[in-house]
Amino acid sequence: MNKYYDADIVKSPRITKLVDSLFAGKPRIEADRAVLLTESYMQTEKEPIITRRAKAFEHILKYIPIVIREDELIVGSSTIAPRSCQVFPEYSYAWLEQEFETVATRSADPFEISEEAKETLHKVYRYWNGKTTSELASSYMAPEAKQAIDHNIFTPGNYFYNGIGHVTVNYGKVLAIGYEGIIKEAQEALDQLKVSDMDYNKRSRFLEAVILSCQAVVTYAQRYAQLALEEAKRCSDPVRREELAQIAKNCARVPRYGATSFYEACQSFWFIQMLLQVESSGHSISPGRFDQYMYPYYAADLKSGKITREFAQELIDCIWIKLNDLNKVRDAASAEGFAGYSLFQNLIVGGQNAQGMDVTNDLSFMCIEASMHVMLPQPSLSIRIWNGTPHELFVKAAKLTRTGIGLPAYYNDEVIIPSLQNRGLSLEDARDYNIIGCVEPQKSGKTDGWHDAAFFNMCRPLELVFSNGMDKGVQVGAKTGEVEQMESFEEFFGAYQKQMNYLIGLMVNAINAIDVAHGERCPLPFQSSMVEECIGRGKSMQEGGALYNFTGPQGFGIANMADSLYAIKKLVFEEKKITLAEFKKALEMNYGKGVDTALAERITKEVVRSLIEAGRKVTEDEIAEVYKIALESGVSEADRKKYDDLLEAINELPKFGNDIPEVDLFAREVAYTYTKPLETFKNPRGGRYQAGLYPVSANVPLGAQTGATPDGRLAYRPVADGVSPSSGKDTHGPTAAANSVAKLDHYIASNGTLFNQKFHPSALSGVKGLENFVALIRSYFDQKGSHMQFNVISRDTLLDAQKNPEKYKNLVVRVAGYSALFTSLSRSLQEDIIARTEQH
Amino acid sequence: MNMEKKAVTGRIFDIQRFSIHDGPGIRTIIFLKGCGLRCKWCCNPESQRPEIQSMKVQGKEKIIGRDVTVQEVMEEIKKDYNYYRRSGGGVTLSGGEALLQPDFAVELLKACQDFGISTAIETAGFASFDVIGRYLPYVDVFLMDIKHMDCKKHEQFTGRPNELILENARKIAEAGADLIIRVPVVPTFNETREEIMDIANFAKTLPGVKELHLLPYHRLGQDKYEGLGRTYDLAELVPPDNVHMSMLAEAAGRSGLQCQIGG
Repeated sequence: MNKYYDADIVKSPRITKLVDSLFAGKPRIEADRAVLLTESYMQTEKEPIITRRAKAFEHILKYIPIVIREDELIVGSSTIAPRSCQVFPEYSYAWLEQEFETVATRSADPFEISEEAKETLHKVYRYWNGKTTSELASSYMAPEAKQAIDHNIFTPGNYFYNGIGHVTVNYGKVLAIGYEGIIKEAQEALDQLKVSDMDYNKRSRFLEAVILSCQAVVTYAQRYAQLALEEAKRCSDPVRREELAQIAKNCARVPRYGATSFYEACQSFWFIQMLLQVESSGHSISPGRFDQYMYPYYAADLKSGKITREFAQELIDCIWIKLNDLNKVRDAASAEGFAGYSLFQNLIVGGQNAQGMDVTNDLSFMCIEASMHVMLPQPSLSIRIWNGTPHELFVKAAKLTRTGIGLPAYYNDEVIIPSLQNRGLSLEDARDYNIIGCVEPQKSGKTDGWHDAAFFNMCRPLELVFSNGMDKGVQVGAKTGEVEQMESFEEFFGAYQKQMNYLIGLMVNAINAIDVAHGERCPLPFQSSMVEECIGRGKSMQEGGALYNFTGPQGFGIANMADSLYAIKKLVFEEKKITLAEFKKALEMNYGKGVDTALAERITKEVVRSLIEAGRKVTEDEIAEVYKIALESGVSEADRKKYDDLLEAINELPKFGNDIPEVDLFAREVAYTYTKPLETFKNPRGGRYQAGLYPVSANVPLGAQTGATPDGRLAYRPVADGVSPSSGKDTHGPTAAANSVAKLDHYIASNGTLFNQKFHPSALSGVKGLENFVALIRSYFDQKGSHMQFNVISRDTLLDAQKNPEKYKNLVVRVAGYSALFTSLSRSLQEDIIARTEQH
Repeated sequence: MNMEKKAVTGRIFDIQRFSIHDGPGIRTIIFLKGCGLRCKWCCNPESQRPEIQSMKVQGKEKIIGRDVTVQEVMEEIKKDYNYYRRSGGGVTLSGGEALLQPDFAVELLKACQDFGISTAIETAGFASFDVIGRYLPYVDVFLMDIKHMDCKKHEQFTGRPNELILENARKIAEAGADLIIRVPVVPTFNETREEIMDIANFAKTLPGVKELHLLPYHRLGQDKYEGLGRTYDLAELVPPDNVHMSMLAEAAGRSGLQCQIGG
């Protein structure tokens, strides 16, 4: 017999029904939480903030409407309508109020909102003026940091406007001892305090808030037990009646007490997961090592014959569906950066335990199976890979990749464990890591990682080198001298580093301001109850209660900067084909490519705004005239030729991503301009900064705020994705690209790196395709890459590429041993390749 | 190997990394320039002539063919060593025809084996067996095409008769080499059940041969003919569909060989 049960398990018909009803309606914004929160806050104005938070949480859980959806086995919904969201005015609200009329029709992640909800929220919002974390953060922030945000150097928008999330609590502990156990722990800590202790007042209030929050959760679960009983009474179908009776029993027991079965553990898990997202609006609340903490319950039930594998699978599938039932409304700009309604609830399987042994088990396989069954984006499924990973688990994961769903993401234990040790984690804790959100490693139940603190656009400081720190007439960056006067590449690179250091410092200021604001206005007692050392230290995570504290803002655009600086080094200083003054002009003129309608609109808006600011009235006709001039902004024939020659020369230079050591090692140095200065900074919770190198999907909207770059990238085009090579510049295939990316220092980017590759489905066809795919990842990981994920190109993508070839210049398809740039193929060949996506 | 041998030059027109349909595992393919056959469906028409030539690619003239030393090619091959090791892959010499530059090819194959890299060649088998004999000790897998059993039809579509090819296939097999037979399935040429079964039955008689790969015709090389200023004779040809390919694989499988669609 195999060590693991790795065979496919048939999908229950219930799962299809649940998925269908989840997507039957459109996501909606519901106002209940905001109303209840505000009611409570109005009653508690004289009390300490931690108490107010706990009381508000209690008030919400007592009165928020609850629902058991048809056919559900795992219950607990934060909204009445499926896939809908509550709102969180304590963080920010003005943007949503402004977007009430457009939120239902916008292209990225629309939400419906009823007139009634709008009206209710309008009323509620009046209370919040001046009381949000966002407003407090803003008033803490240094003016020059705010200015840098306005000029799109970096965006700390995630936590500026929302809760933090980005945590994996100690699920296993709640499963084992229930909230009664945690209440007991907090009570014991409380009992040991003396009223005369110097920090008694704050500590005791915190511990009381923990107890109150946990009691609120118990009460909430009792409401579900009651509702299930009532529905059971009304139910005419005997099978469903039995199911509802079981649900009632489960909710009566968990999460109050420790789980006594796998089913109870599943229900308990879900209450924790869901309620964390009622307490705060943060996303990336990540279940982490689900296959580990759930296993004892599964193994015991299987052994005693209490459960079948099929039913265990059905329960896991149900949880997967519930993870997609949660949702979050973001402002329009952020919605583009995080497109796809994603909550980034990262759940990871496989890997080592604290003692360094591989702990793959049946559930590791069943989690992958669940993603195949539901075919939904949540959870963000990940897999830990190391030399001891069983081959069959790896192959199972590859089969999921082959479906084209973009899951799982693959992580390398061999890099992540030492990189976390380097940040001060014990070996045991580092070995037990999981992933938060997109790619951010940490130890569950002990860490407040602030993993998605900001996006830092590494291209913008280079623009500021060319303008001596000026942007749109304002001194945004450091004064690094007139670029025309720079005489060596070292001097130029020095100026870039100086800009980077200055702007990274401003980013740290902005982030720390936000950090402090969360500590003061939105400490989270419920979340803190499940993270060490909060109870021991008697303070919330937001005030530094966690054992490990980090802040991880992301840098992106490495490939663009590597190629840009390399182009300057070669063309300006070595080959002397062009001067820096000429380069500056070429960039300003967008290489003579003029402006497209989008840019013309942007220019027009700028001009009109400056006219209005200068106190001048602007007529419709004048606006039209400005637009016309902008669109036709002239470049002479001679200049156009000159710019084309320059682009040609840039094009011929070697680029990052092609396994050319000279360029790749250059990229490594460029990455250090971000990662090294950053790790010298500290955050207000007593922890350190650590860099990540990944953009989520922000490389597109933030690229749209970036002018032309010396790597030949035209203005406002997307910048490179994560640590991946620039779009279309890696022409030597996946092994060459992987070798290049592996040459970056992944250890220092301990907040995670993201490397994306695209494949045609035929590359993974058959057993051989899976084996080769697994070997490709293993080889990249042998070279100490940290993360890899894959888009298997779908039929839809190829159809879109036919329609919009300019968006897909780098789309390489490999078919029958041939690889070709898809958009360069004739129509009929494209059709053939599209037809081949149907084979496996 | 001494430096002198590493300096032997050959003429290649491409090196393609991460090839996964041309022998086991992840492979680097070295495409040698020059071929003895002129298959009408050839998807690499720029490979056929031995001399360096120009081809228009996406509106730009591109030089096809360059002379390289064994050492230079080895530098490129070694870059993916780790991938070969992890996947059981290696290097495949293809073409054009890998048998037409024996001095270079054999030295290159030796150099690979010396480095611990597994080797394969893709060949039409149209060369004297004396030449093939020089390759035998250094090739781990032969991927050899048998395109048609009917000599006339073979000559009509490839420009050459098939007797020498069939004879070589037998001799390679008898020499104990690991041999896989491959058949490009080309409509109007060899796509019928009977034609494929004839090939399979022949392959079955070759000692030690266990696998037969049916490679469906595709049109990926079509644009290149235009780039070379040539006309593509099979412009109207439509690739065989999946159903037809499955039928052929099933029929060929009756010979007792393991049959698969694609490499």
